[in-house]
Amino acid sequence: MTNTVLHKSETRGHANHGWLDSHHTFSFANYYNPERMHFGVLRVLNDDIVAEARGFGTHPHDNMEIISIPLEGDLEHKDSMGNTTVIKEGDIQVMSAGTGIYHSEYNKNKDQAVKFLQIWVFPNKKNVTPRYDQITLNVKDRHNKLQQILSPNADDQGVWIYQDAWFHMGNFDKGVTATYDVKRKEMEFTPLF
Amino acid sequence: MNSRTNILVLNRNESILEVILRLINNHENWYGVGQSELDNLAHLMNKGHFELVLIGSGFSPAEEQEIVKTSNELNPGIKIVHHWGGGSGLLTNEILAALEGVKGGNYEISY
Repeated sequence: MTNTVLHKSETRGHANHGWLDSHHTFSFANYYNPERMHFGVLRVLNDDIVAEARGFGTHPHDNMEIISIPLEGDLEHKDSMGNTTVIKEGDIQVMSAGTGIYHSEYNKNKDQAVKFLQIWVFPNKKNVTPRYDQITLNVKDRHNKLQQILSPNADDQGVWIYQDAWFHMGNFDKGVTATYDVKRKEMEFTPLF
Repeated sequence: MNSRTNILVLNRNESILEVILRLINNHENWYGVGQSELDNLAHLMNKGHFELVLIGSGFSPAEEQEIVKTSNELNPGIKIVHHWGGGSGLLTNEILAALEGVKGGNYEISY
């Protein structure tokens, strides 16, 4: 039986800190809605806009799978594992925070805001050795179709995480439809954003 | 009348423990005490009058079970939840949901 839970865009939590304009699908930071704490293993889905040359200073994480997806602009990443990189549209960044990491994320651009999705997934294994990865995908491969960007399998398309979860992205022209095949029949839910 | 909520934070990552305690103690109605090891958990539990235990990273399944067992034995009715994410993003939500007894407010995994 199909059960649809609709979270309309305008019902999301919203925080505008000036340098950061963020919409929260689920409770996050100062947005607290006990009806919207998580959806299965999906805990955070933040739609963030960070002002020019601003960003998140160095801060910690543990035991969480953290995925960042730039939609416009460039994001500069530094972390306690020694990674210093820039991610841009078409890139997918993933961190398994495990036993603990520190990182910062700044808008690399001096002349435009960066827009990105920040997604947190509960891990299926705690206290793993922290890891970082990023990949570049061809955004043309998601025009009018679904492109897999994340899975639980290191040898599958996209990045991988410690969880039975799959992410897909698609840029659809008006009127175009696509079919999504659920990866596992026993999967409880399929969030669409 | 004392409306302060005492919270015990357990996390093997000491720098993250420090951050979490700072965040908790910035809240006027919360008071956090932290520990990275479990040696004197019972002693701490006896004198702390805690309403909530936040279990962070670094503990084995057996250690987590011991935390739950000791906490429940010495302080029946105490709330015990995982702290996920190791920072400010979820902390306030986890504490509020636990204290309010929100069903499904946190996420538990089995090993």
